[in-house]
Amino acid sequence: MNINLTLIGQLLSFVVFVWFTMKFVWTPIMGALEERSKGIADGLAAAEQGKHERELAKDRVKEVLHDAKAQAGDIVAQAKKRAAEIVDEAKTDAHGEGERLLTAARAEIEQETNRAREQLRGKVAELAIIGAEKILHKEINAAAHQEIVDSLAKEI
Amino acid sequence: MAADTLTSSEYIRHHLTNLTYGQLPDGSWGFAHDMAQAKEMGFWSINVDTMFWSILMGVLFLYFFKKVADSVTTGIPDGMQNFAEWIVEFIDDNVHASFTGRNAMVAPLALTLFCWIFLMNLMDLLPVDLIPSLARLLGIPFMKVVSTTDPNATFGMAIGVFVLVFYYSIKIKGVGGFVGELTLQPFSSDNPLVKVAFIPVNLALELVSLVAKPLSHSLRLFGNMYAGEMIFILIAIMYSAGAVTGVFGGLLQLGWAIFHILIITLQAFIFMVLTIVYLDMAHNEH
Repeated sequence: MNINLTLIGQLLSFVVFVWFTMKFVWTPIMGALEERSKGIADGLAAAEQGKHERELAKDRVKEVLHDAKAQAGDIVAQAKKRAAEIVDEAKTDAHGEGERLLTAARAEIEQETNRAREQLRGKVAELAIIGAEKILHKEINAAAHQEIVDSLAKEI
Repeated sequence: MAADTLTSSEYIRHHLTNLTYGQLPDGSWGFAHDMAQAKEMGFWSINVDTMFWSILMGVLFLYFFKKVADSVTTGIPDGMQNFAEWIVEFIDDNVHASFTGRNAMVAPLALTLFCWIFLMNLMDLLPVDLIPSLARLLGIPFMKVVSTTDPNATFGMAIGVFVLVFYYSIKIKGVGGFVGELTLQPFSSDNPLVKVAFIPVNLALELVSLVAKPLSHSLRLFGNMYAGEMIFILIAIMYSAGAVTGVFGGLLQLGWAIFHILIITLQAFIFMVLTIVYLDMAHNEH
């Protein structure tokens, strides 16, 4: 309970402890704490930045999508137009082809008709001659009556 | 009965005696054999137990924090670092709340005081006879394990703080400012003559408050811990007074120990806060 040299001893150890704490304890621990809080602040700022960038990217995506849609619309419209053109062309071609075939068919029919007519004419002439032979009951010179037969055949 | 009383008072006296090393009456150097002899040694003696336990506690505190500081990481802290950071932040918050100046020394000082005093006080929770009995087995006659129940320890710290207050008062305000603070307030006047007449009154008042600071600072801690220790000793006496009293004493000790957890923390905290406040006053005009 008496004051003695212990006082000085305590004072000295107190000074040494405080000095030690200041130099080797407080500075590193506080430094780490500050660094960590700075890191957290940086992280939060980065997150904010990322959020902002995502917002921008969203806008950009919207824009690109819009452009793409417009472009796609254009392409579809163009394709439709082209398809219509192709159909028209095909129609025109088909029409021409049909016309040509029709003309050819008509010419053939004409030809056939003419040929049939010629054949019929020949046959009729023959029949007329046979008929005339039968009527006259006598031999008729085909050559001598060719003129009459021809004129008959022409009248048919 | 008379013998019993003597034993009790001897028991208490024994527990309140420091292991003091100094010059014995016969001129040789050695440990004092009783309280009176320790007193006779005067100033040039040293309380070995106080020095040992306080330095052990201080080293323990510094060892723990140094270990954390060496492996400190800015990433995810482990349990030990978490604990150290919790204390450091607690101290830092308190310093920021009470200290308005800029001084890199105040926060480490507060940390040291808080942890050191807390650990020294914590020894109070050990059974009062545990370490003294072990010491007696080793042939050491006296052992006071709670350093803060030795006024030398508390005065040592309070004087250290007081010197700092003195130093910073003069450093920040200059000698003139410091002296002015001591002589020109609280009473002041616009009349120069009256002002001069007030100087001795002011000086007397301010000196009292100046000296009262380290005194109250150290005696508050000492008184609380001494009284707490005393109660533990008194409770311990009950153990030798029969089974019923002994069980009652056990309950009392448990209750007092639980209550004492609050006191030891609170006293460490108060000492720290007062240190911060005194240093803040030294840094500011008031």
